[in-house]
Amino acid sequence: MFRRVARQLPRLGNRHSTVIANACVNRRGKVTDSRYHEELYPGHIPTSPIQKTLLAVGSGIAALQDPYRHDMVAVLGETTGHPALLNLRDRMRNDPEGYRILTERPKIRLSTLDLEKMASLPEGSFGREYIRFLEDNHVTPDSRAHVKFVDNEELSYVMQRYREVHDLLHTLLGMPTNMLGEVAVKWFEAAQTGLPMCALGALLGPLRLNARSLQSLVTSLGPWAVRNGLQARCVLCVFYERRWEQSLDDLRRELNIQPPP
Amino acid sequence: MAASVRPLLERMIFRRSSRAVFVSAADGWRPSPRCYATPSCRSFSGGAAEKSTHFGFETVPESEKAKKVYAVFENVAHKYDVMNDAMSLGIHRLWKDALLRAAHPQPGARLLDVAGGTGDIAFRFLEYVGSQKRRRDGRSASWQDICEKDPGNREEGEEGAARDSRVVVCDINKEMLKVGRRKARRTGLADGVLWVAGDAEELPFDDAQFDIYTIAFGLRNVTHVELALREALRVLKPGGRFMCLEFSKVTHPVLARLYDAYSFQVIPVLGEVIAGDWKSYRYLVESIRKFPAQEELKELLEDAGFCCVGYRNLSGGVVSLHSGFKL
Repeated sequence: MFRRVARQLPRLGNRHSTVIANACVNRRGKVTDSRYHEELYPGHIPTSPIQKTLLAVGSGIAALQDPYRHDMVAVLGETTGHPALLNLRDRMRNDPEGYRILTERPKIRLSTLDLEKMASLPEGSFGREYIRFLEDNHVTPDSRAHVKFVDNEELSYVMQRYREVHDLLHTLLGMPTNMLGEVAVKWFEAAQTGLPMCALGALLGPLRLNARSLQSLVTSLGPWAVRNGLQARCVLCVFYERRWEQSLDDLRRELNIQPPP
Repeated sequence: MAASVRPLLERMIFRRSSRAVFVSAADGWRPSPRCYATPSCRSFSGGAAEKSTHFGFETVPESEKAKKVYAVFENVAHKYDVMNDAMSLGIHRLWKDALLRAAHPQPGARLLDVAGGTGDIAFRFLEYVGSQKRRRDGRSASWQDICEKDPGNREEGEEGAARDSRVVVCDINKEMLKVGRRKARRTGLADGVLWVAGDAEELPFDDAQFDIYTIAFGLRNVTHVELALREALRVLKPGGRFMCLEFSKVTHPVLARLYDAYSFQVIPVLGEVIAGDWKSYRYLVESIRKFPAQEELKELLEDAGFCCVGYRNLSGGVVSLHSGFKL
């Protein structure tokens, strides 16, 4: 019990201010008492260590059985990623651009992007290539699951940012959203972020590849992804929203990412 | 639809007598210390302040509870049966079997299963009366003679049993009914079941229509339990039986601790992993804690007008089976 109290003390200040803010604003305005479990951010579900363990195991099994259950992959990432998220957050704090991101909290959503303007940018620019990627692969930035099980407001933002940057990584690395492309991006992310979910995806993803893709992964794509993951600048520390006009090659050079083989 | 069922359907769906339900202190309600539903005068003025009730551990206005419960079951409907098996490790099947055995329906009985969306009780009822019919047919000739004189038992085989004994499944949630109908078509029991969307607090049936009224794991989701009980009394025939299967209080302290730990730690996780819905399953667990215990529910039944009210604990009090008669 003492350990639990001691662990909560540093967070008390953070939570205290959130509770006061909620009470003053009274967003809901109906006869609801404050939840017995305080939500640190919208969509937050506080969980005990036992629940987190069960969730990690359960979501891992569910994700293995059905890799298209993106919500299970997300839950696995959240329940196992605490140390890696701390590390990422510290890297962001120590980087001037990353620090700006942590304070300004930009979000990559259809509502925040000016798609027409981005589509009218010159060929080879980062914004234009990103739009092309979204169109070619029929994806949208709004399909990312919201963070639920991270018990720290700032870390939940880091996690959310990581998810939103995933699509941009596809563009930066030039990888499509088929299985091989996803695994290659996972190898890059595992090397960069150290998130256990990425490592698991990197290890188990290849099991679903056919022989030719597997060979391509092992001989050229895989080593390239890992090498770049280790040597590249922290991809979360880049304020992408202000770099749409920048040329893709230029951005890759800045981030120390080589073009795909 | 079979010709015999149509007049039944019409009689049941369109209530000839409109009924305004008043619940007042003059009726002799015993005010309950719990906040599940405060008996109040449900007047038409609507000027009084909104009463609040519980939604799990949250407090919400009464008018909101029904909407929130509807949303919960709309979300869980497609995975409801899978989750029941996972959460109770399949034991819920034994509880429902126990309900049917206690009810012991005979061929020709009419069952109303309220909040029975996915049809578990309804299908068990049809199979039970089917097997009862087969047993009866296998008995001595003299008994068969007596049976044949009864017009209701003229048919033979499963089809006959299905048409004799009718079950109406009433649920407020259309998604749950959809799941139930799909199951009925798959198992081939579609003939004997009528699926009706309705509110347990205001059933769309005439008085004295049913021999047995069951509500399995639905009573705790009703906003005004006493109204549902009154409606149950109304639609039952004299001599009819009310049976309620519901989660209740575990009395043994060690078992209670284990049960609580399991409920709060494991069940929401199962909900998230299997159905992708943590909050609905946390609501389900919380709503169990807010529901009256065995003795209190027995008192509620007696207050509503049921006689010979009794209950039986199943699985150490995790579930209790309440029974009352309309005399």
